[in-house]
Amino acid sequence: MNLYEIIFYFFAAITVGSAAIVVFSRNIVYSAFALLFTFFGVAGIYVLLNADFLAITQLLVYVGGILVLLLFGVMLTTNTVSLDVKPGSLNVLPAVSVVAVIAGLLGGVYWTSDWFVSTQMGELMNQTTSKEIGNALITTHVLPFEIASVILLVAIVGAAMMARREKVN
Amino acid sequence: MTITLTHFLFISAALFSFGLYAVLTRRNAIMVLMGIELILNSANINFLAFSRFGGMNLEGQMAAIFVIILAAAEAAIALAIVLNIYKRFNTVNVDEISYLKD
Repeated sequence: MNLYEIIFYFFAAITVGSAAIVVFSRNIVYSAFALLFTFFGVAGIYVLLNADFLAITQLLVYVGGILVLLLFGVMLTTNTVSLDVKPGSLNVLPAVSVVAVIAGLLGGVYWTSDWFVSTQMGELMNQTTSKEIGNALITTHVLPFEIASVILLVAIVGAAMMARREKVN
Repeated sequence: MTITLTHFLFISAALFSFGLYAVLTRRNAIMVLMGIELILNSANINFLAFSRFGGMNLEGQMAAIFVIILAAAEAAIALAIVLNIYKRFNTVNVDEISYLKD
């Protein structure tokens, strides 16, 4: 039980436990904060997978961007006037059966497949990945990079235009 | 036991199942968005696990970077849509958003 395994089980427990709280909690603000811990756990798993740049990007973009957006959405759309007694989730039994089937299929395929695990480790095992990712973004992956820039521009303009306040005449 | 590829794949399968349950079951539109983010994170873990255990190249990490970018853009657009729905229907309950026109 070396350090790698201890850290792996720790982050795995944080991730899966927080994901369960996200999905099964009645209060949406509890779910949003459990989602924060899920993102932290996933960033820890990224570090264990030698993806250090991606772990920091995950923290910046997901926790600092998307989670803040979700919390703003929660704050702006809660109807505190009418407190309804309807349940928070519907169609529980068909959903549980479908999810159990899919989880069983995925787990079975992952368990019984003879995965090709490459025994030769490249030289990327002992260095940080930022420089290599920067090189790859400009040389071999420049087309998705440019398209991603255009997508982000369109998303910014579209979201700002859709969410603006209407002019009061 | 040493941590192999299947450990990470099981984590990603668990996250995917939870995200799928949230998308299928929850009533609030923002909970559905949280489920979608869980599904995207599980796909990212899959990409990175295969990238690391399949020869330690960078292809999986490039794919994961673009998944994160697209997830951010999609979350912004989806929340703008949810805000408009709230302005129009005064609720974000996905059951009651069922009329195309008033």
